[in-house]
Amino acid sequence: MARKPKKKEIFALGNEVVVEGALLAGCTFFAGYPITPSTEIAEGMAARLPLIEDGVFVQMEDEIASLGAVIGASLAGRKAMTATSGPGFSLMQEHIGYACMAEVPLVIVNVMRGGPSTGLPTNPAQGDVQQARWGTHGDHPIIVLSACDVQDCLNMTITAFNFAEKYRTPVILLLDEITAHTREKIVLPRSDELTILNRTTPAMPPEWYVPYEETMRGVPPMPPLGSGYRYHVTGLTHDEHGYPTSKKSEVNALMHRLFRKIDQFFYDIHLVETIEVEDAEEVIIAYGCVARSAKLAVQKAREDGHKVGLLILKTLFPFPRPYVEKLARQCKKIIVPEMNMGQISREVKRVNNGRTQIITLNRVDGQIITPLEILKKVYKG
Amino acid sequence: MAKEYPLNRFEIRLSGLGGQGILTLGKIMGQALALEHGYYVTQTQSYGPEARGGASRSDVVISSYPISYPKTQNLDVLVALSQEACNLYFRNLKINGLLIVDNFMVEQVPTNSYVGLPFTKWAKDKIKVIQTTNIITLGALTYFLPFMNKNSVLKTLKQIFPAKIIEINVKALNLGFNQAKKRYKDIPERWLSS
Repeated sequence: MARKPKKKEIFALGNEVVVEGALLAGCTFFAGYPITPSTEIAEGMAARLPLIEDGVFVQMEDEIASLGAVIGASLAGRKAMTATSGPGFSLMQEHIGYACMAEVPLVIVNVMRGGPSTGLPTNPAQGDVQQARWGTHGDHPIIVLSACDVQDCLNMTITAFNFAEKYRTPVILLLDEITAHTREKIVLPRSDELTILNRTTPAMPPEWYVPYEETMRGVPPMPPLGSGYRYHVTGLTHDEHGYPTSKKSEVNALMHRLFRKIDQFFYDIHLVETIEVEDAEEVIIAYGCVARSAKLAVQKAREDGHKVGLLILKTLFPFPRPYVEKLARQCKKIIVPEMNMGQISREVKRVNNGRTQIITLNRVDGQIITPLEILKKVYKG
Repeated sequence: MAKEYPLNRFEIRLSGLGGQGILTLGKIMGQALALEHGYYVTQTQSYGPEARGGASRSDVVISSYPISYPKTQNLDVLVALSQEACNLYFRNLKINGLLIVDNFMVEQVPTNSYVGLPFTKWAKDKIKVIQTTNIITLGALTYFLPFMNKNSVLKTLKQIFPAKIIEINVKALNLGFNQAKKRYKDIPERWLSS
């Protein structure tokens, strides 16, 4: 009767699957603070990390402290992460900036809930999208990913760690309350099926090590603390030796390298999924749980003979410009449904640059946008 | 099972009061259908203050095909273990949908066509552990839903519960299944055509 599972199948919450993904990616350190609707991630980590070699879970006194501890652990050579939600994410902005400046690889999962302020703790929203991009002060590059279903939670968590390690940058994974709190069946991959990336470490003797040296990729090698490569880590603008500087040439070189290390790898970082876009005359651009509503809407519309396609954004920032541009040239209409007052549609409009009609569909009442609402926009505009 | 009973977005809502074990019921049911029966399942639930007293709800969408939209739209089955839940969610039930209530807890049922079984009373009087209400309900559901297989559900129970309390839960499941079978020998056809 029952199918024999070949690999390990589990029926789990999005949040629980984030834990599985992180452990598969090699995460051995988690610091966090309880906040709905992300807490299952912390609870899962608290149970699992002491069972693995050198695993550490610590519950800190607040979210600022959590990200501080994660940065410390990452500098000490660990793959480290934290998870939070709206109010906690606001508190983390200070250390996100530090991690950008000092180039500390780490992963932050933000399970979006209704805001602003305490808002709607148990309802979904997508209001933290622009905050994830611009939340910390100063000009900085950052990678923001999103996941739309439980399988995606696994894949994108692993991807987040890979990007963090490869580009020495904080990576923010945006989930929403629905994705985090939906249970589904997923198949856990075996570790030999996965591509896991690790940070590069210095390959020269310590005396010749220059911590923030200009390299081809723009990503300097990173030694763990205590390995013999002593250097200075700071949140101040620094020269290639890591020492604070305010010399304009050195500051300029640093800032441009920080941007370049992300900018020149757009083709690697931009992740999207397309459904029925080849012949589409109208396209829906969605992310997170809304993408699932859009999938059903596209299916229904196609059954009715409408040529509708769907672009699911997995990478939100750097914004997947080439994919959106192509659709803007191809389609008569682009519909952007999202659970905020227009945060990704702002990016879509910027890229569209007046080429085609952009229709926004916004909902901020703590409820998911239904397939029916999207269909209405498809039919009526 | 998935091959014998193809389903396309069969939607079940389990509802009641906080503390009746609705969320556990949803989790067990979802896991049994996903891992043991081989269906695609999404299971969502109400969170927050309502999870502690007040109304509690857990939704399960079952399909033979990958599920896009994870939430319920029109319910095929509504299980209501409290009057409040029944009042609140009856309007989401399809016209020919199946309503299952705890007739000990729900005194006013909004329709004549329903299944009423005293799950809570049985848990108190027959099993003598009030916490088994949800598993008795699961037993009845296993009987009413033709695509659910009792052995597979038992297997899931054994995976989820710690060894100490498996026996009593197996007893509860069997009680629910057998009592439902005794009282509703012929399941009306229309409940089976989703």
